[in-house]
Amino acid sequence: MNVIIATDCGSTTTKAILIEKKDGVYRQTFRGESPTTVEAPFEDVTRGVLNAFAEVEELSGRKILDGEKIITPAQGNIGVDIYVSTSSAGGGLQMMVAGAVKAMTAESAQRAALGAGAIVMDVIASNDQRLPHEKIDRIRHLRPDMILLSGGTDGGTITHVVELAEYISAANPKPRLGMTFQLPVIFAGNKDAREKIKEILDKKTSLHITDNIRPTLERENLFPARQEIQKLFLEHVMAQAPGYKKLMSWTGAPIMPTPGAVGLIMQTIARKNNINVVGVDIGGATTDVFSVYGEIFNRTVSANLGMSYSISNVLAEAGIENILRWVPFDINESDLRNRIKNKMIRPTTIPQTLEELKIEQAISREALRLSFEQHKSLAVGLKGVQRERDISEAFKQEITGETLVDMLKLDLLVGSGGVLSHAPRRSQAMLMMVDTFLPEGITRIAVDSIFMMPHLGVLSTVNEQAATEVFEKDCLIHLGTCISVVKGSIGKAGEKCISYKITMPDGKRIEESLPYGELCTFPLDIDRHADIEIQPAKNFDFGAGKGKPVKAKISGGVIGIVIDTRGRPITLAKDKASRVEQLKLWGKAINAYPE
Amino acid sequence: MTHAYTPGLRIAERTKVTSHRTLPLLGDVIVKKGATLQAEDVVARTHLPGKVHAINAVNRLGTQPKDLKEYMLKKEGDAVQKDEIIAETRPLIKMLKSVLLSPITGTIETISTVTGQILLREPPKPIQVVAYIDGTVIEIMEKEGVIMDTTATFIQGIFGVGGESVGELAIAVNKPDDTLTTEHIKPAYKDKIIVGGAFVQHDVIDMAKKAGVLGIITGGFDDEDLKKLLGYDLGVAITGSEEIGITLIITEGFGKIQMAQRTFELLKSRTGAKTSINGATQIRAGVVRPEVIIPFIENISEEKIDKPIERGMEVGDMVRVIRVPHFGKIGRVKTLPFAPQKIETEATVRILEIEFPDGSSAVVPRTNVEMLET
Repeated sequence: MNVIIATDCGSTTTKAILIEKKDGVYRQTFRGESPTTVEAPFEDVTRGVLNAFAEVEELSGRKILDGEKIITPAQGNIGVDIYVSTSSAGGGLQMMVAGAVKAMTAESAQRAALGAGAIVMDVIASNDQRLPHEKIDRIRHLRPDMILLSGGTDGGTITHVVELAEYISAANPKPRLGMTFQLPVIFAGNKDAREKIKEILDKKTSLHITDNIRPTLERENLFPARQEIQKLFLEHVMAQAPGYKKLMSWTGAPIMPTPGAVGLIMQTIARKNNINVVGVDIGGATTDVFSVYGEIFNRTVSANLGMSYSISNVLAEAGIENILRWVPFDINESDLRNRIKNKMIRPTTIPQTLEELKIEQAISREALRLSFEQHKSLAVGLKGVQRERDISEAFKQEITGETLVDMLKLDLLVGSGGVLSHAPRRSQAMLMMVDTFLPEGITRIAVDSIFMMPHLGVLSTVNEQAATEVFEKDCLIHLGTCISVVKGSIGKAGEKCISYKITMPDGKRIEESLPYGELCTFPLDIDRHADIEIQPAKNFDFGAGKGKPVKAKISGGVIGIVIDTRGRPITLAKDKASRVEQLKLWGKAINAYPE
Repeated sequence: MTHAYTPGLRIAERTKVTSHRTLPLLGDVIVKKGATLQAEDVVARTHLPGKVHAINAVNRLGTQPKDLKEYMLKKEGDAVQKDEIIAETRPLIKMLKSVLLSPITGTIETISTVTGQILLREPPKPIQVVAYIDGTVIEIMEKEGVIMDTTATFIQGIFGVGGESVGELAIAVNKPDDTLTTEHIKPAYKDKIIVGGAFVQHDVIDMAKKAGVLGIITGGFDDEDLKKLLGYDLGVAITGSEEIGITLIITEGFGKIQMAQRTFELLKSRTGAKTSINGATQIRAGVVRPEVIIPFIENISEEKIDKPIERGMEVGDMVRVIRVPHFGKIGRVKTLPFAPQKIETEATVRILEIEFPDGSSAVVPRTNVEMLET
């Protein structure tokens, strides 16, 4: 196998890469991209694939297509040996949830769905004051992608949940995409009702049964239901798009959902280097977050947070104020809202002006922040953690919880997806990731060079050597190391925060200090290392405790060393003019934008 | 040859338009293939299942769910009249007898021995589908509906809200860069679809609704006004089923943006014609864009019909810029350079050079234009 063509069919863009074996080594040589064609006049995802291939053909001089047929095997400068692909062309997830009691199981079900990244279109409960026919009408008209049915504690009454199942059955809902599929329904209620639920729903829907989300009144167990939602979304909704069946007939290996393929890559990075890794892939419709801590791998798909199709939902979820806080110039709210909606209605466009780029990068910060928060709430141990709720908490329905994602124990943060991989300056990607993931202590940061992790993930299932060689040589770009204060370290602007001594590889020593609320960088090339001695001021912690020194060997990258004393969370000025000034200073410190 | 592909909204003076008119459930198609119909004509009918009513029978009868069937006088599928006895207990002392009356006229749907509930269904509700466009039935989908065909002026909008509407087309402004204001809304626009220019605000839409206007087609609209119109911040663009009393279609985008001259002229040339519009928009896999269909009454010969563009972009093609800084401008492709170039953001992307009608030209990323039919 000498020549490989791989695509990722995203919701917005179809990206093709060509991999060729030269002098015994696999290298990524050319890339092409084209808008994903889920819109008229084409309405066929394979059209976008052909367009992306055509671009690769033009740039590489290799003939890949004979009409609309892929030429295999490769002979000289004609054809390829295999075509592999990933897909997330189907976009977001919209669900309905149903539970027996509105303030109890129905709310738990809603939390399970929201936590799994879905948009909840409606919550149906036995006691929601609506008449049965109104509930049935609602289910029928909304056409959700999936329904989560819950209700009853284990061993408790089964009446209400069976009643809800009867309503769903009467509505006989059909899925929005792919009429040949049955609508996925997850039952996560009283385990004693399972047989009855099967009788009612098994023939009419694709029924999946998981643990009760409310096994007792005091205990909420959302994890299994969330996992099931994510699994079904990945398997049945996300990859689906017009023309998907045709695409399946073209590939030499099964098409993988994009997050599945990127997850494989993240796990490989963590395993090979024996480190803890957090990764993100921010797309047009969805944002996927991955974490590998020791042996534990977690993956979440925020199904309605993204930079094109879902960009307006980022605004709806984050709020205009949260987006405005990252825009480094004055802009009125109405103008910003219109720009966001214009991107939503024309999702394949890209920023042409610097101002537009800064706005997109501001929005991406909120998409990344919200997706990461969702990941932290879902990332727990291998078997899931069942949270106990006492009786008073059960009625208050407050959310608390421990996450497995400990930023202080994180070794490497990896970013992928258009807005990070194609940021015109790598420093922009670094700043976006630092601003949103808020690394603590000492953390390396890297990006996917041109967005090829999905391609390499699926390729690794058929040719691991090719995937590994390309990953090591062409994919992962180390940006450098970030040295940051630890969570809870809040101070006043200008207050003494850190002194440090850096010994560079050439023996040069830097001895400086940085007050609270600032950012500074030092160049240190990729594959070079420096020694650092950190002395925090007495109220600040850089990983070893307040005022305690830290010594470490740190690695370089395209940007080098970044020292961040902006607080965790980052302290932004309250008035607009000072905040804009702050953002400009931080951007300048990391050389993010042209002067 | 260097080429580029780009999605584009259809704006055609004369084109073939087909519309699938299907029932939500199987039913009867009542027209024949080849029939010439008006938009208002019914093409298919069916009966939607009636509303479901649930009765908690065991509570009312004072029995156990498992015993419910013993007390039933009717079985699943039986017809019942309102206030007819459908179940009764048989105690030894007749005074203690409980009876259960049907709250509706309909049928018994389910008798559940688990929940002790009886689900009753009202008689089916008739539902019909109309032709929506003046045209000809070209295909019958047995029990499902028909495919209508017509030759029409066809304009796809970029975003819309509100469902299908049919009415006479009226031009409410003089120029495509005019803002539609309350002064433009006249009583004569009752039951009509009106065309604005560059912009419309929420208060004008409100007034149009009160005047009985069926739909508004305009260049731009503010997101803040959309929020007011819907009552919520639209997160994911799935519209068409909202009940807002009017259909709104924007042709260019959000903000005040002049309607493309060609779109405005086309609409103006069809003033007074019967027009079918639908604001339904779904921007995700399986994209749906809003549409304006203005059928021709007279027969149009095949050679006069515009053909959709199904090829890559070429030098000389008409394109519209769809993002700032040249948002909304229309021009011709001057060059399509092969090599990617650096733009203001410092990104290196594939670009094209456009020449505008005033002789000026601009470099724009290829993904930021859409092709127009000429």
